[in-house]
Amino acid sequence: MTRFSYYPGCSLAGSAREYDHSIRETAAALDIELEELPDWNCCGASSAHMTDRRLAIDLSARNLELAEEAGMDVLVPCAACFQRLRKADLVLRQDPGQWSRGEKYDPDFEIIHMTTLLSGSEMLDRMRGLVVRKLSGLKLACYYGCLSLRPPLVTGAVEYEHPDGLDRISRALGAEAVNWSHKTECCGGSLTMARPDIVRGLVGDIVSAARRAGAQALVTDCPMCHSNLESRQAAWKTEDGTDAVMPVFFGTELINLALADRSDEKRWKKHLLDPRPVLARMER
Amino acid sequence: MSEPAISPADSGTELSTRLQQAGLDVNACYQCGRCSSGCPVSPHFDLLPMEVIRLCGYGREEVLLESKTIWLCASCETCTTRCPNGIDIAGVMDVLRQRALEKDEKPHENRVAAFHKSFLRSVRRWGRTYELGMIGAYKMRSGDFFGDLKLGLSMFRHGKLRLRPRGIRGKKAVRSMFHKSGKEEQ
Repeated sequence: MTRFSYYPGCSLAGSAREYDHSIRETAAALDIELEELPDWNCCGASSAHMTDRRLAIDLSARNLELAEEAGMDVLVPCAACFQRLRKADLVLRQDPGQWSRGEKYDPDFEIIHMTTLLSGSEMLDRMRGLVVRKLSGLKLACYYGCLSLRPPLVTGAVEYEHPDGLDRISRALGAEAVNWSHKTECCGGSLTMARPDIVRGLVGDIVSAARRAGAQALVTDCPMCHSNLESRQAAWKTEDGTDAVMPVFFGTELINLALADRSDEKRWKKHLLDPRPVLARMER
Repeated sequence: MSEPAISPADSGTELSTRLQQAGLDVNACYQCGRCSSGCPVSPHFDLLPMEVIRLCGYGREEVLLESKTIWLCASCETCTTRCPNGIDIAGVMDVLRQRALEKDEKPHENRVAAFHKSFLRSVRRWGRTYELGMIGAYKMRSGDFFGDLKLGLSMFRHGKLRLRPRGIRGKKAVRSMFHKSGKEEQ
């Protein structure tokens, strides 16, 4: 049993609750124990550091304090939360004067992105041993977005231009991960409400690139990318009546699907773009 | 609009002090253009990232704070990641945005500024983001009442939006962080 402090973040407590559920189901299946960080607060996401750098560090510092009390490595699924926590941790290590508790800031935990944990060889072996329904015939474009990778000095990512954690997970489940061009191109999530016109173009480019590579669906691990890729496609579907949209999965949803063979109707109802037609084409 | 005349003689020192304090050395730039070719939003910018960095070096703060670029930057950090001279370009954008707010400069992209403000107000109030409240506040603040109306309804039907906020116990501690920075107070 591997134990972690778990920092879900606001998206997973709100509009991406289904992601939270699917992570907990994945963790239970893989013998990972998650203890939610008690009374965690918002990391401030992009809006805090973009307008007030001090506030951004303070917000994450409180969460780091909670993590230090819990005394375990911190598992973070949301790319923005992950990057903000890592950034604050780095800043506080370099400049402990910003640490409100007065003592030296030198906690003994690591902040780990969920895909890094799940795509490690030990976890992939566990996964392979538990697959009851291979996702054969499913062609996936694994989309990583920005903040779990960039900047590498903060995230610690090694393959930040050509990541393959989600690709390895997809393959372990029996699916095909296509080779494509837009794995780490920004989808414009932080602009999606204010400038949907710009974001539509960014999402359009990503979806077209995935289609060119022969993918039937996108897979991501970032709740904001998921929401943005789904909602901008859903918006142009209602506006233009086009059916040229591509469903978007969370990586852990595919793990759930492969590790427990059941219909999951309730889960897919949470999706703005129905993935069932794509799943129906899988080889049984 | 005439191009801004760039001259070291115009150099303002306040901006360079702020950049230095933040550990940002814009003078390391040799204008290779990697930041600007990799930027996904640059087709919509009025100043390219490499121009922003050069104008910072010349202290042309007034041109920078009036630009669209500082508000349209999505902070994807591609420029920061690829800069061969280790300049945190997205970090420079942060400093410029903050300067614009401190100086009460009217944001060239009002809706973007309204979004950030609405988001942070929600965090200040509840300790976490309350999405429905944040969307409502953004609509009021930006005047963008009808944008994405159908999408909002669809999200609602799919059970994406929680009706009620859930505040944390440590709300006070979170609120005091905003007091320290002073900007978000009213």
